[in-house]
Amino acid sequence: MTPKWARIPQPEPEPARTRHYDIVKEFVIALVVVLLATFALAAVFGAPDEKPVTLQSWAKADPSDFLATAFAELDGSSTTAGYGPPYNTAAEGQKIGPLGLAKAVGVHQRIDTAGDFVLTPLATAPQNPDVAAALTQYKNATPDQQAAYRKTFSDAMDAAKGDPAQIPAGSAGPVQVMLNQLLTQAEAGSLDGQLLAQGGFYQNNYTKPLLFLSDGTYLAGLADAKHLSGDQWGMMNETGNYPGQAWLWLYTFWYQISPFNHSDNADALIWGLMAVLTLAFILIPFIPGVRSIPRYVPIYRLIWRDHYRYEQDHR
Amino acid sequence: MSGQASTTPEPAEPSWTGAVRGRAVRAFPPDKLLPDRQPSWVASWIYVFGVLSITALLVVLGSGGVLALKGPDWWHLSSIGRYVNALHLWSVELFMAFMVIHLWGKFFMAAWRGRRAMTWITGAIAFAASIGTAFTGYLVQQNFDSQWIATQAKDGLNSVGIGAYFNVLDFGQMLMWHIVLLPAVLGLLVVWHVLLVRRRGVVPPIPLAHAEAESETAPGPEEAAS
Amino acid sequence: MTVYDTSAVRTSAVDLNHTGHYLHWGVIQLSVANLVVIGIMIVIFALAVVLPFPKGRGRR
Repeated sequence: MTPKWARIPQPEPEPARTRHYDIVKEFVIALVVVLLATFALAAVFGAPDEKPVTLQSWAKADPSDFLATAFAELDGSSTTAGYGPPYNTAAEGQKIGPLGLAKAVGVHQRIDTAGDFVLTPLATAPQNPDVAAALTQYKNATPDQQAAYRKTFSDAMDAAKGDPAQIPAGSAGPVQVMLNQLLTQAEAGSLDGQLLAQGGFYQNNYTKPLLFLSDGTYLAGLADAKHLSGDQWGMMNETGNYPGQAWLWLYTFWYQISPFNHSDNADALIWGLMAVLTLAFILIPFIPGVRSIPRYVPIYRLIWRDHYRYEQDHR
Repeated sequence: MSGQASTTPEPAEPSWTGAVRGRAVRAFPPDKLLPDRQPSWVASWIYVFGVLSITALLVVLGSGGVLALKGPDWWHLSSIGRYVNALHLWSVELFMAFMVIHLWGKFFMAAWRGRRAMTWITGAIAFAASIGTAFTGYLVQQNFDSQWIATQAKDGLNSVGIGAYFNVLDFGQMLMWHIVLLPAVLGLLVVWHVLLVRRRGVVPPIPLAHAEAESETAPGPEEAAS
Repeated sequence: MTVYDTSAVRTSAVDLNHTGHYLHWGVIQLSVANLVVIGIMIVIFALAVVLPFPKGRGRR
C-alpha cells in the first residue's frame, strides 16, 4: 500500500497555477554550458595515458619475476593455471553459499598455461641447436621425467634464494635452457606478438598476454604503487591525480571489510550482494521504509518552499 | 490513392499504421510533448539537472564519435586526439555528476509518486547502464589503466560465470559493447525515461503535514497502490 | 605494434600526472581528486536546492 502522504488522486488534476517555461531554450543553454565546461576542463586538466606494460618491458625490467612466472606457467602453479572456470578445470571456481555459478557455466576460454605460454612460443620460433635439443628432450619425456626436470629447476631456484636469474648457466637442466630462451624472446619483443597471434592473422583478443602478465608481480607492483590495488579502494581510483570511477565506491567498499577481505569467495559474494542492492535501488518505490525517507529527511520543504508559502498565503 | 491524407489521429480504415499513430498522438499530443508551460511548483534549480545530464550525454556521444573517426589508437598518437579523449573523459565526469545530483533530487522529492514508478525504474536502470558503459570505456583505452582494470575485473565477472561470455580481456568485444550495444541500450532508456516524464507531468509537491491532516477530514478520490 | 608518441606536446595547463594524493581515515582511503569531485557535487546539490529560481512570467 502506498503511504498516505504519497498518494496522488488519479486522474491527476490539472495544476491550479502554471508558469511560462521554455524547455527548448533551457536545453540549448544547458548544452552550451556543458560544452564550455567540457572544453575548459579538458584544456586545463587533460587526461591520463600511462603506457601499457608489455611482456618485453616486463622481461627487461624484472627478468627474475618473468622467469619465476614462466616456470609457474610450466609447472601449473601460476594463478591462471590453478584458476578454474572459465580457463580450465584446475579449481571449482567461487561460490555464493551452495551456488557454484562459475562451475555451472564451465570452461569457455581454455588456457593451457604450459603449452600456450611456454612450449608453443618456443616451438614456433626458430631456435639454435641447444634450445631445440632442450625443447625436444622435454617434450619427448614422460610426465614423470618432465616433473623431474621441473624439480631440478625449482631446486636450483631455491638454492639461488628464489631468484631464477641467479642460477648458474647450464646447471639446471632443459627447463633452464627453455625458460632463458623464453626470456630472450620476451626481451626481444617477439613474445608479445606470438602470444597475441596464436590462432590467426587478425587478433583483437588479449586474453593470453594479459593473463601471463597478471600471473607475475610486476604489473601488480606498478598498480599498487599507483594506489590501484583492491585493498586500496583501487577500483575508484585513476593513475596520477585524476578523478576515477567514484561511482564504484559501494562496490569496492565491501572488499575492505570482513568477512569479504579474507574470503576465497569474496568476488562472488560481493557480486551477489551488489546485484541485490542494485535491484533494491531500482525498486525503491516499492520498498517500505526506504521509500519514506524523503518524508522524514525533508529536503522537499526547501525545494518547494515558494509553493508552500503561496498555498499558505492564499488559504 | 485517395486525394487527401487523413488529418485526424483516427484513420478511416483500420490499419497497424493507423493504430500506432492514434496511440502515439493520444499519449503525446504536441503540446504535451513540447510544452511551453509547467506547473507553478517547477521553480527550483534542482530541476535543471535532468536536462544537464542529457546534454552532457550528447557531448559524450559527440566526443566519442570524433574518437571513432580515426580509430581506437588515434588518441595515443596525436595531440588533437589526446584533447578529444580529454573531452570524452570530462564530459563523462560531468554526465555522471549531473545524473547523480538529478537522482538525489528525485529521491528527496519522492518523484515516483502518482504512477511514476516506471520513471524512477527507467532512470535507475539507465544509471546502472551508464556505469557499465563507462566501465567498458575504461577497458578500451589500450593503456596501463585498461590492462589493470581488465585483469582485476575479470575475477569478479568470472566468479559468477559471466566472464565466460563477457571477456574483459577481449579488446574487440569490449570495444563493440562500448560503442554499439551499451550506448544503444542507454539511448533507448533515456528516451523512454523522458517520454514518461512528458506523459505523467512533473510530480506534484509532497503535501505538508497540516495540509494532509485537513484533507483527511474530506476524503477525495484515492488512487490504488501504484 | 603501436608506437606511442612520447613527444606529443602536453597541452593541459595543470599536469595531474604526478603521484596521486590520498587521504586515509580508518578503513576508508580516498583520493584527493575523487574527494574534490564528490565535495563539489554535494555543494552544487545544496546550492541547487537553496538558491532562488527566477520567477516565471505569465503566471496563470
